[in-house]
Amino acid sequence: MKFIKSYLLLFLFSSAVFIGCKPKDADFKAKIEKTLQASPETQSVNVDVTDGVATLTGEVKDQAAREKAGAAAKDVNGIKNVENHVTVTPVVETAPVVINADSTLIQSVKDATKDFPTVNASVNDGVITLTGSIKRSSLQTLMMSLNTLKPKKIDNQLTIK
Amino acid sequence: MSLQDKYKTLIDTATASGVSNLQVREQDNVLYIDGSAPDGATKDKLWDIYNQIDPDYRAGDLIMNVDVAASSGTKAKVTTESTNLNIRKGPGTDQPIVGKAAHNEIVTLISKTNDQWWLIKTDNGEEGYAYAQYLSPE
Repeated sequence: MKFIKSYLLLFLFSSAVFIGCKPKDADFKAKIEKTLQASPETQSVNVDVTDGVATLTGEVKDQAAREKAGAAAKDVNGIKNVENHVTVTPVVETAPVVINADSTLIQSVKDATKDFPTVNASVNDGVITLTGSIKRSSLQTLMMSLNTLKPKKIDNQLTIK
Repeated sequence: MSLQDKYKTLIDTATASGVSNLQVREQDNVLYIDGSAPDGATKDKLWDIYNQIDPDYRAGDLIMNVDVAASSGTKAKVTTESTNLNIRKGPGTDQPIVGKAAHNEIVTLISKTNDQWWLIKTDNGEEGYAYAQYLSPE
């Protein structure tokens, strides 16, 4: 009788462990979801947990957010493994191009052309117009510099020597 | 042909070379490409491609503002044509000159004030603003 009793006890114990597995996964899932929902960049990530393995899916805007989602799952005590299937889809920038005002451009064009005495530059309505002459070997340096000034466009009428 | 097609090789190369914060926008028949290249060689490569597509930059249909990603402490070489690089008290050629860095000298970048002016320090301890175009991050 004692023998049977201990078997019964073992049976009860092991089934409790088995049954205990499912709610545990649900607990993990809830914990991870809570962390994901807490940051705007990881809110779009979905999580599923099976036998302690977390699977992440969804789309985020950059790699940092993807790693953050992975860490949110990994940091939960008891999670054995994280399968991170989250994809990165960069947000397409639709902000209009910023063009500097003529007053700003006039000063910065003066700085940029200072070392090119044979180049004349004028600014009108955001457009830089270049006249005069330049050596071909110096043209790229000048253009690199002018392209950082945020003009609307550059009208290059330089005579190239 | 749209401008993005015309400069497709350039845009594709920028993407493949790891230019960060890359933005390609078209506005009033001008294409604007902005971003940060991982190094000076990548920036030079992009400019060479630009020149191949639009020889001598005559078309006036592209503004490419790609800088070189350089953080504080980065060493940069003075790449003037041959002369010394002026180090100024403030960011602007109207600012007084407080020092000079020789052609090919290596200086240390402290911070980027904007796309044109960087705060630098020479090995002699001279500190001030220099024109970014004449500095090539190492």
